[in-house]
Amino acid sequence: MTNSSLLGVEGEPGRFKASVLLKPRYIDPAKCTGCGECAKHCPISMPDTYNEGLARRKAIYVQYAQAVPLVYRIDTEACIGCGLCERVCLAKAVTYADAPREISLDVGSVILAPGYEVFNPVELFDYSYGRHPNVVTSLQFERILSASGPYRGHLLRPSDRGHPKKIAFLQCVGSRDEREHAGYCSSVCCMYAIKEAMIAKEHSADPLDCAVFYMDIRAHGKDFDKYFLRAQEKAGVRFVRSKVFKVEPKNGTGELSVKYLDASGAPAGEDFDMVVLSHGFRASKQAVDLANRLRIPVNEYGFVQPGTLRPVDTARGGIFACGAFSGPKDIPESVTEASAAAADAARLLAPARGTMITKVEYPPERDVRAEALRIGVFVCHCGINIANTVDVTAVREYAKTLPGVAFTEQNLYTCSQDAQRHIKEMIIEHSLNRVIVASCSPRTHEPIFRETVRQAGLNPYLFEMANIRDQCSWVHQTQPKLATKKAKRLVRMAVAKASMLESLAGASVGVTASALVVGGGIAGMTAALNLVEQGFPVFLIEKEAELGGNARLLSRTHDGADVREFLVGLIDRVKNHPKITVITQATVVEVAGFRGNFKVGYMVVPRKDILRLECGAVVVASGASELKPAEYLYGQHPRVITQLDLEQRLPEPGGELPGAPLDVPALETMKSVVMIQCVGSRQQGRMYCSRVCCTQAIKNALRLKELNPAMDIYVLYRDIRTYGFAELLYRRARAQGITFLRYDETQKPVVEAVGDGLLVKTFDHVLGEPLHIKTDAVVLAAAIVAPEESNLDLSHALHVPLNEDHFFLEAHVKLRPVDAATDGVYICGMAHSPKTVDESIKQANAAASRAATLLSKTQIQLDPVISEVIDANCDGCAYCVDPCPYKAITLVEYMQAGSVKKTVEIDDSKCQGCGTCQATCPKKGVVVKHFKLDQLSAMVLAALAEE
Amino acid sequence: MTEESAFEPLIIAFCCNWCSYAGADLAGTARIQYPANVVIVRVMCSGMVHSNMIIEALTKGADGVLVAG
Repeated sequence: MTNSSLLGVEGEPGRFKASVLLKPRYIDPAKCTGCGECAKHCPISMPDTYNEGLARRKAIYVQYAQAVPLVYRIDTEACIGCGLCERVCLAKAVTYADAPREISLDVGSVILAPGYEVFNPVELFDYSYGRHPNVVTSLQFERILSASGPYRGHLLRPSDRGHPKKIAFLQCVGSRDEREHAGYCSSVCCMYAIKEAMIAKEHSADPLDCAVFYMDIRAHGKDFDKYFLRAQEKAGVRFVRSKVFKVEPKNGTGELSVKYLDASGAPAGEDFDMVVLSHGFRASKQAVDLANRLRIPVNEYGFVQPGTLRPVDTARGGIFACGAFSGPKDIPESVTEASAAAADAARLLAPARGTMITKVEYPPERDVRAEALRIGVFVCHCGINIANTVDVTAVREYAKTLPGVAFTEQNLYTCSQDAQRHIKEMIIEHSLNRVIVASCSPRTHEPIFRETVRQAGLNPYLFEMANIRDQCSWVHQTQPKLATKKAKRLVRMAVAKASMLESLAGASVGVTASALVVGGGIAGMTAALNLVEQGFPVFLIEKEAELGGNARLLSRTHDGADVREFLVGLIDRVKNHPKITVITQATVVEVAGFRGNFKVGYMVVPRKDILRLECGAVVVASGASELKPAEYLYGQHPRVITQLDLEQRLPEPGGELPGAPLDVPALETMKSVVMIQCVGSRQQGRMYCSRVCCTQAIKNALRLKELNPAMDIYVLYRDIRTYGFAELLYRRARAQGITFLRYDETQKPVVEAVGDGLLVKTFDHVLGEPLHIKTDAVVLAAAIVAPEESNLDLSHALHVPLNEDHFFLEAHVKLRPVDAATDGVYICGMAHSPKTVDESIKQANAAASRAATLLSKTQIQLDPVISEVIDANCDGCAYCVDPCPYKAITLVEYMQAGSVKKTVEIDDSKCQGCGTCQATCPKKGVVVKHFKLDQLSAMVLAALAEE
Repeated sequence: MTEESAFEPLIIAFCCNWCSYAGADLAGTARIQYPANVVIVRVMCSGMVHSNMIIEALTKGADGVLVAG
């Protein structure tokens, strides 16, 4: 239901009535083929919002080329009702009579993901945005860099379409700025600005100078600091720590003068050809309206702000929030949160799982092996998309002459409902046993046609496509003769391949509907509970004697939620759940099998034998820990402690000290504390940000201030990385007189023992002078480090790689943030990278959600397009074994006619059909089904043949 | 390039379904024009293209072979 909005939700969790408004599109999506003929004729030209106003579009439009569904719509505010589009639409898809409709849906749960808006910098008069064309926003710049953008990916400045030589990026435009009513940090702008600067430099033929003007670089995500470093050292992007106060056009030149205060507070200026404003997040008006309609409160900035321990909950049970609706965040965090919301919804809906499925019934499959070839070729006009360039009739006539072709036809739109019905009839009527559709791309349409032939009783792999639109008529529009010739060539190739197609069926394997969770910290326990509440038994393996992990050392989250109380409840629920088997003091030592069916060997202290269990999915939540620093007198002086040491000893408001008595003077009598950030993080050998330390230090500093308002607290930092709403905490800390002093990595502070106390020597960048601070205690923000040895062991057992800092690597950093590269293995918590409690909870639920998608299947259907060994050809040379990226091939020996025969075996469940084996084999001993050497070779020969 | 020039090369391109083949589709969506001398053979991964297949194409008359993935 695109182009629709949620009007209201009534009822209770598990039993909601949702009213939805289906807005008119004025195009019938079932008929529209996305050909674009309508837009070609539409007389209205208006700013293209997708290209941020830098290009123009028509009143009948599709938002962008990759839109799903690829269906046009009419912008009624711009449409003049001339009727041209209706007249030119061959598919008869234009329906002016369309009207809004309201429908009611019975749903058990609701997930809200309405997104965000961006700040419009036109409000910031001093930055000249909207008054000078060469001042653009980062989103506009993104479009400029895009191949589908207004300048087709050429880096041009808008004023004169000239090549810019110098570009300035201005950070925190409308973020970290209470005057613009945005006290929060937008979290993603530092990284996208760095990315844009790097891409701009790559795009530019001439040397391009890019300078980023910033306050703090917030590269707090996994491996982000390495990217930041690469931008500085490899790409030569300049980073200027500053506060920009004005962007001034220089008359007549198109250039802009950027005026700023440098790191020491001195005024400075520099000229640029273009200025890119890194504009921040805003709550979207539509999202706020939606929240209001659903009676869900939002924070002062208009975002839903769930509590840290229930991070996707809204104020209404059964209604969950994810993505930027609950605050600024990047793609992996949004994807993770989406899965987390799905996990919470699935837990609620678990009793109803599978109750509303309708099963598709197919006729029995025809065995075509003994039949002579009878190929049917359907050539598509695609309206005029193909027919305007390619002579469709000529292609069809030509197809008739090809060997094995028994039937040909041409269709206006082969993919339309009636054409599909017709194809089915023709397959049956003419006893066709291979089907070719010459139309668009198999990437979009092969599944549709495979379904059609299956419904006619043919195996879906007896179908082949010739891409005569996307790769022919559309790209050779000015050469109709050559395009027709090529279309014939493509059909000839398809016929050659179709002649050799075989019926294929993937094996199906059962699923062991239980999970193993490795690690009993907050992440592991959260994942275990979600899975078990979705109905899947869980084995939880923890290497220590107690559950709880790092959370045992935490007191409260930065929004004041009580971690200790939460943890006690969590441990209690895990230990007492009848379907969670907790195995402590245990380690996984070997893992065999594959997704759906893992066989795990583990050892329990003090036993020496290997115990075994079986499960369908594995969730890795093995955690990380605080580094024991080797600098700043840590371990040598009792008053030098880490943030976790401090946190354990912080009393509850009005309460007793929970931990062992401090070796330092009582907190309330301390006169001063110095906190040093980035201890062990962001340095050679550990080039990553530990993410939580800035917020943790500020949280603890505020707590100390609360205990003793007279205490002097200094935070020595490199960049303050209080992303998102944690920025408000930083603001509060400064307001309460906590002093923040920046230091350079090359000029680290020095801590010396002086009497009972300590002396911290650092350099003040504002005064430009050395600074000595006498203090009662030094608190170090020690790095979060992965357990190298045990992670390497687990990594080998599971075949899941680690990154260079020994954190587990996800399958795709943006789009599959909790999946491991090995199917059936999922990653969450600090095993993945340093993160806060709420982020660990979200990721744990996300991992559980992903695991449940696998465990909820009773059978896994394996793709039949995988490798197959031709034993007669294979001599067991094993060339293919090592190159296989999925470790799916093993060398085996067996007795044949009294001697040992070597051969290889493919593990169907691991093979992905990449065919690296096929390319490596010198003897045609292993092939990929559906893409066999002789099938490909037949296509090549057909391509080289003449008409 | 005019439609009727004397020598017209024929290029066989093996394109990976997940990247370069998708890229060729996108070129179509964007109506980026290029000569009709290239035909694409879709493969599920450029890794499956055997070196013998490239040699075969060249010896049987292809003027160029592109493996893109």
